[in-house]
Amino acid sequence: MAKDNNNMETIIKSEQENKETAKINKVMLQTNKLTKIFGGLTAVNNFDLKVSQGQISSLIGPNGAGKTTVFNVVTGIYKADGGKVLFKGEDLAGKKPHQIIKKGIARTFQNIRLFSNMTCLENVMAGQHCRSNEGTWASILRTPGQRKEELEIKENAENRLKQVGLWRWRDELAKNIAYGNQRMLEIGRALASNPDLLILDEPSSGLNDKESEDLIVFLKSLLKEDLTILLIEHDMNVVMGISHWVTVMDEGKKIAEGLPEDVYSNPQVIEAYLGKDEEEEE
Amino acid sequence: MKSNKNINQKNSIFQNWLVILVAILFIALPFIINAYWVDVLFFFGVYALLGLSLNIVLGEVGLFDLGHMGFMAIGAYTTAILNTAFGIPIIILLPISAIAAGAFAWLVCSPIIHLRGDYLCIVTIGMGEIVRLTLNNNPFGITGGPNGVFGIDFPSLGNIFVVDSSTKFYYYIWLIVGLTIIGLVNLQRSRVGRAWNCIREDAIAAEATGINVRSYKLLAFVLGAGLAGVAGNVYATKLMMVSPESFNFMESCLLFCIVLIGGMGSIPGVLIGAAAISLFPEFFRTFAQYRMLIFGLAMIVMMIFRPGGIWPRKRGAFKVESLLIKAGEENG
Amino acid sequence: MKIIFEQLLNGLTIGSFYALIALGYSMVYGVMKLINFAHGDLFALGSYLGYTLLVFGSTYATVTFGIWGGMIAAMLIAAIGIGIAGTLIERIAYRPIYSVGRLPAVVSALGASIVIQNGIMVVWGPRPQAYPSQVVPSVMLNIGGIRITLLQVIILLISFMLMGLLYYIVQKTTFGAAIRACALDRDTAALMGINIETIIFFIFALGPALGGMSGVMVGMYYRKISFIMGWNYGLKAFTATILGGIGNIPGAMLGGLLLGVLEMLGSTYISTAYKDVFVFLVLILVLIFRPTGLLGEKVAEKV
Repeated sequence: MAKDNNNMETIIKSEQENKETAKINKVMLQTNKLTKIFGGLTAVNNFDLKVSQGQISSLIGPNGAGKTTVFNVVTGIYKADGGKVLFKGEDLAGKKPHQIIKKGIARTFQNIRLFSNMTCLENVMAGQHCRSNEGTWASILRTPGQRKEELEIKENAENRLKQVGLWRWRDELAKNIAYGNQRMLEIGRALASNPDLLILDEPSSGLNDKESEDLIVFLKSLLKEDLTILLIEHDMNVVMGISHWVTVMDEGKKIAEGLPEDVYSNPQVIEAYLGKDEEEEE
Repeated sequence: MKSNKNINQKNSIFQNWLVILVAILFIALPFIINAYWVDVLFFFGVYALLGLSLNIVLGEVGLFDLGHMGFMAIGAYTTAILNTAFGIPIIILLPISAIAAGAFAWLVCSPIIHLRGDYLCIVTIGMGEIVRLTLNNNPFGITGGPNGVFGIDFPSLGNIFVVDSSTKFYYYIWLIVGLTIIGLVNLQRSRVGRAWNCIREDAIAAEATGINVRSYKLLAFVLGAGLAGVAGNVYATKLMMVSPESFNFMESCLLFCIVLIGGMGSIPGVLIGAAAISLFPEFFRTFAQYRMLIFGLAMIVMMIFRPGGIWPRKRGAFKVESLLIKAGEENG
Repeated sequence: MKIIFEQLLNGLTIGSFYALIALGYSMVYGVMKLINFAHGDLFALGSYLGYTLLVFGSTYATVTFGIWGGMIAAMLIAAIGIGIAGTLIERIAYRPIYSVGRLPAVVSALGASIVIQNGIMVVWGPRPQAYPSQVVPSVMLNIGGIRITLLQVIILLISFMLMGLLYYIVQKTTFGAAIRACALDRDTAALMGINIETIIFFIFALGPALGGMSGVMVGMYYRKISFIMGWNYGLKAFTATILGGIGNIPGAMLGGLLLGVLEMLGSTYISTAYKDVFVFLVLILVLIFRPTGLLGEKVAEKV
């Protein structure tokens, strides 16, 4: 009897391990030779990026390297001038941002873009827009279906607020809460759409050390939700602390990628970026 | 916390009694005042409906629309022409006028909906002017030129319910306004209203949050135009005639001010704004010459001292809007 | 061929009126990001000031300034008077509201517009007035076979001189560079030591002044003026501003002239009744296909 149980355990365990390996190998987001040109400036130049499922990947590089531009092309705000973006194997060409979030990519912005004059709760409720579908007439007439959906949206939003630690500010206008909380609110809004891939643009920018630490813990917790995370970051503690994979960008091109510790000691990277950063670090 | 709860309870009780009181007053009013003032209150109702219709576009979504009277004109003239030429009953023409105005909005706004705020503003002015000028020029002989179209019937359901007196028109318009308010409040508390407000706050973030910005902007225009078309229908049938000058740029500006002075996105605010616009001139009849001058001054003063509007929108999902004006509640 | 040329000159004349008014809109919008709705009414006020001088003071003016006295005096009075009026409007109706937001500024501007328009009505009466007929001698010239009135020549000369002067100031002088800097990024310009107060004073004095002078010329050209002409001309001039690219001074000039020519063409070849419709349609088409206007630059928004 005991032996049978042991066998079952082993079988189940190895099945799980296979799944884990399969997940780690699965590519969630990929860019092939991605190019974006603004007038005379090639902001992104034949850029290849791979983000693996279930992992936290970081995109780093000096200011002006083109990192945010990559995000903007991936999320549909800009149209690529060359190359492809593949999400779960699907080509995202020509899709608008509201379609892309529906496919499962949610993002935050470098300069926080919240709905300032709406409450925190409303901001997060807005995040669920792509996961709900009650239309105009249903809303005007307040059909039972619409009311039920509104209640669900509200509940989900409240849960997300609790998850990002902003439950007590739910009725406060977004513009009135502290900066660090605003960053978390934006993440909460992105999470509300139940994404597969979460893209965060400098989430720790403007946060103090304690807040950055909390952010690291929080991001790690998200992995348990089957989320994949892609970060742009300048804070090396955050990058080193949680990344499974780091890609380095400079002047629109990829100059290195690999495990955090490998990238950290790559002389090219140090020269382009880390070296300067070390001098400026307090 | 306990005192808060008490205050909230007191607020609710106060609110309910206030609403009941206002409702009773409203219903009884025509029997207390003379016909002239009943007419004034009728036009208050029309401005209220127009203000609410513009509020969707300007207040909820934040789009500068300075040509809104063009939509009302479409509705009014649709009613006028179809009624005088084909004898179609006014009641049936009400939804038809709404649809005509809405369709017109959809047609003309689709190519320009993406324009930046100030440019959209001038294009809407242009649209409004194009409508007015075209109506004035009597194309194909159907609009009657500067004199317009006259001989429009009253709304009626068979021979029993005929709206043909000042009092009946008063109830008619305010019934429509009441229904409109209910519909709009429902919209405000729904996914649609939320999407609109998100667009107003930050269109790029809204798009990235999953809102089809273009669709929702168009929706706002179409709904706003439809309601304006309804207002046009009622207006035409009360006056029994329509002429292009009723729908000029000045009127569009006044509508704009109603929404802004009342408080953007705020339904009670729009009602107050409409009251101000329609009742203000009445109190200054003796100073007829200086009326608009004082009105213009009042606008400037209002914006200096209370730019958020007289009754700014109070936010809070699922909260009944408090009827008590909180000092310093700036939501502009 | 000759007729087309004459029509062109007519169009340019009307266009000059629009251009001079459009410059005021453009300058204010470029620096303040505010649509000065009162600007059109300031133009009308200028016209009325000129009218008052010409009707009541022309003898004195002729004695002081010579045979062209009337016109010169009227233009001067309009320029100075409206320049002052413009700065007053800025102080009273706009300055207290800048920090609040765009929309309250629009309402306030509309309020100012209503005040000026009705002020004109109260002072000069609701009925249209007429400019005296011979401010400039009524002479038909024949230049190279093309017929043009002396008045038109004068108007075109003055307008292009003024536009040229403004172009020179804005594009070629340091002060002009300061204005353009403010239009691009006001806060940084202030940090670079540019005195914003001076710039604001300048644009709210000069813009309306040009508009006022345009008002006098319109009065001399059409002779009939009314208190509502402010909105009519203002709207078209604003259209011209957008056409050329708002905030762009050469654009405003180009837009104004182009609009005048378009209006003339529309009125001649399509129909007088629909000429305004034609003008607006052109505007809408331009905005659909070239949203920033003819000379406007697409300024990318940082996402």
